[in-house]
Amino acid sequence: MKINLWGVRGSIPTTGPGTGFYGGQTSCTMVSEDSTMLVLDAGSGVQRFNEIDTSAYKRIDVLLTHLHMDHIQGLGFFKPFFVPDLQVHIWGPASSARDLRTRLSRYLSPPLFPVLLRDLPCKLILHEVGNSEFQIGPFKIKSEYVIHPGPTLGYRINGKKSVFTYIPDHEPALGRNGMIRDAKWISGYNLANGADILYHDGQYTLEEYLAKKGWGHSCYNDVLQFATATQIKHLLIAHHDPSHSDTQLGDMFAAAQNNHTYPFTYELAKEGNALELP
Amino acid sequence: MPSYEIEIILNRQLADCLSIPVFITDTMGNLIFYNEPAEDLLGKRFDETGEVPVEMWSTIFEPMDEFSKRIPPEDLPLVKTLKNCFPYHKTFWIKSLLGKIEKISLTSYPIIGRENKFLGAVAIFWKAQDE
Repeated sequence: MKINLWGVRGSIPTTGPGTGFYGGQTSCTMVSEDSTMLVLDAGSGVQRFNEIDTSAYKRIDVLLTHLHMDHIQGLGFFKPFFVPDLQVHIWGPASSARDLRTRLSRYLSPPLFPVLLRDLPCKLILHEVGNSEFQIGPFKIKSEYVIHPGPTLGYRINGKKSVFTYIPDHEPALGRNGMIRDAKWISGYNLANGADILYHDGQYTLEEYLAKKGWGHSCYNDVLQFATATQIKHLLIAHHDPSHSDTQLGDMFAAAQNNHTYPFTYELAKEGNALELP
Repeated sequence: MPSYEIEIILNRQLADCLSIPVFITDTMGNLIFYNEPAEDLLGKRFDETGEVPVEMWSTIFEPMDEFSKRIPPEDLPLVKTLKNCFPYHKTFWIKSLLGKIEKISLTSYPIIGRENKFLGAVAIFWKAQDE
C-alpha cells in the first residue's frame, strides 16, 4: 500500500515562504495498491493528482470525510471529472437532511463554480455512506461518523496486509474532562484500533485548543492520547493550523517530544511525503 | 470491544456537563452511563458500578402516583421511550434511597442517530414544581 500526502494543511491553503516545508495545500491523500487508487478528500492538494497519468485507469474513487471547503475545494479542478467516460466514484457522508449531490452542488454550481455537477463529462457515481463497510478493489473500507461539526466520517482502509486510518478532522476530546479513558466511549476508536498508520487531526497547541473547544479539531496532547488508546503503530499529525509556520510546527513537535515517550512512532505530516506499507 | 456511536458518546459528554441527574441507556434499557447528580439518586458512583443491567436498576426508585399507588413500569416515560422511540414526560413520586418521598418530573427521549437508527435513550430527572 502506497500513501502519498498531497495536502496536510487545515482550514485554508497557506502557501508562502513560511510554510514551504510542511506545505500549505489543504487535505488530500492518495492511497494506492495494485491498480486501485483512492483519493482521500479533495482539498487544494488534489491538484497534485493532475500530474499523474490516469490513462490506464478506468475508475477513480474519491472518499470525502465531510464537505467543509478545505476538503472539497479542489473538486472543481479535479482532472478526472473532465475525462469522458472515466468512472469517478465519490463517497461521502450521508446526512439526514439532504442528499450528497445536493450538498456538493452548493459548491459545484454558479456562482461559486461555472460548471454544474450534472454537466461533467465523466461518469460520476455518488455513494452516501455512514457507519458502513464497503470494498473498492483490494481495499476493505470501514467508515464511521466521528466528532466534528456536521456529518463527518473517518475511514479505515484495510489493504492486503496493512491498515491505514484517515481521520483528518476530529475532536475526540470534546467534553468537560476531555477524552473518556474507556475504549467504548472514544469517538473513532473502531477506525483507528491497531492501525499501522493513523493520519489524524492535530491542529492546535493545548493553549489554542482551550480557546477553540467545539471547533472540531484536536491539540497535540489529545491526538497523542488518542493514538495511545487505539494502540496504533505510527502516527501522522496533520491538519496543520494555517497560522502555524514551519518554525512553529517544529517547535510544537519538539515540545511534544520532550514531554513524553509513546509506544508508537510519530511525525508531522508533510506535503509531498510518500509512505509505503507492506 | 467496539465503541458506541458518537451520538451516544456526545450525549454522555453533555450529561457530564449538567447539574441535573441524567441516565443514558442502550436500546434494551441497560444503564450505560449516569452523571454525578444521578449518582446521588442511585447512591452509587458510576466509576464503581460501571454499566448496570436493566433488571438491576429499573426497580430502584419505587415510582408512585399522588395516591402512593405503585406506577407500573409500562406507564413510566423511559420504558415508553424504549418501547416506542418517542419522547415522554411525567411527574410522579419516588422513594429515595434514604426513604424520603420526593416529587419529581422525568423527561425521556430517544437517541436517533444520523442513520435514523434508534441507539438508546436518555432520562432526565427534574425537581417537580408545584403548579
